[in-house]
Amino acid sequence: MNFLLEGILAITPSQIVMYLIGILLIYLAIKKDLEPVLLLPMGFGCILVNLPLSGVLNQTLSGIGETSGIIQWMFEVGIEASEAMPLLLFIGIGAMIDFGPLLCNPKMFLFGAAAQFGIFAAVLVAALLGFDLKDAASIGIIGAADGPTSILVSQVLGSNYVGAIAVVAYSYMALVPIIQPLVIKALTTKKERRITMKYKPANVSKKARIIFPIMVTFVAGLVAPMSVSLVGFLMFGNLLRECGVLDKLSDTAQNVLSNLVSLLLGITISFSMRAESFVNTQTLLILLIGLAAFIFDTAAGVLFAKLMNLFSKEKVNPMIGAAGISAFPMSARVVQKLALKEDPGNIIIMQATAANVSGQIASVVAGGVILNVVSGLLG
Amino acid sequence: MNTQVVYQALEVMWKGMLSIFLVIIVLTVLVYIMNKITREKDN
Repeated sequence: MNFLLEGILAITPSQIVMYLIGILLIYLAIKKDLEPVLLLPMGFGCILVNLPLSGVLNQTLSGIGETSGIIQWMFEVGIEASEAMPLLLFIGIGAMIDFGPLLCNPKMFLFGAAAQFGIFAAVLVAALLGFDLKDAASIGIIGAADGPTSILVSQVLGSNYVGAIAVVAYSYMALVPIIQPLVIKALTTKKERRITMKYKPANVSKKARIIFPIMVTFVAGLVAPMSVSLVGFLMFGNLLRECGVLDKLSDTAQNVLSNLVSLLLGITISFSMRAESFVNTQTLLILLIGLAAFIFDTAAGVLFAKLMNLFSKEKVNPMIGAAGISAFPMSARVVQKLALKEDPGNIIIMQATAANVSGQIASVVAGGVILNVVSGLLG
Repeated sequence: MNTQVVYQALEVMWKGMLSIFLVIIVLTVLVYIMNKITREKDN
């Protein structure tokens, strides 16, 4: 009867920890509604890959030889070999984003850049804590507040912590409504949070909307060539949306494609959540550095807005700076909610949205820049 | 802690922030110009 107990006897304490993590992720997704699209498949996948002798991983069976596991195959083909899954998701994200508010108010672009500071601060913190440059840069990219970018960059750099980075990135993105208000309130006065901003809606021509994604691809691609895949797919999705002749494709990218890829991405990335590579003190450190990255992002955005106010006549509500992170549209909503709490008549959602979509562009550029600079340093 | 990695992280930091701001500032200027041209044509 030993064959019936083979699986149970092979369970290790680390695998039990991973079952608990998997169940926690499923709980957070269902009960707390925290990024359920990604956390639920990741949680379930975490259990699948940590069952002893799991058939979702490649195994060597006596008398039969090598067998292929579906999750391992999807990881090797869809993420390891080509980074196809996170990139395909960018087509859907690009098709969902309306850059109109940003095109109306280009000054908001700057907040997207400032709020990427957390990435680089986190790289430094990770280096100070003893991670090598590849891992430090991979951990830092959690500060992009952009799950697919985090997965892609950590995978391209060959980090040992792809799974932990993905889990931390998505978890903190879900916690933006908790993290950001604390940082914003710590760095701003009530008076500053009450600053009103005039929104001047301007008609953005169709031509401008079509030229914009092509222009962004050229500029980002020429300065940071490694960002072309990220920026290019994001902007390709946006071009589908704005061109006006591919409505069906745009609709497919926004719904079918992004849902399908999200579904598979979550369960595929769980391959990197195997107990032997996940249960260690480095994972705890990554959790802390990830939190620091989000705090630095928010703080940098807010402080940059305050700096701008020193030199401009038209004051900016410094909370807008916090919306410069890539967590879209959550961050813009958080800022608007805080503004309404201070002054029920203060509507800054359009400016916050503009900063937020700028953050989306800046974060993918940051991903490419990290790859370029790190490869230059290691080369 | 490896001092060389820390120096490299600082290099990643300044080069990274410079590159991102460069891209964003160029895009901001181009969008201002593009808006001006396309609006004038529309008018």
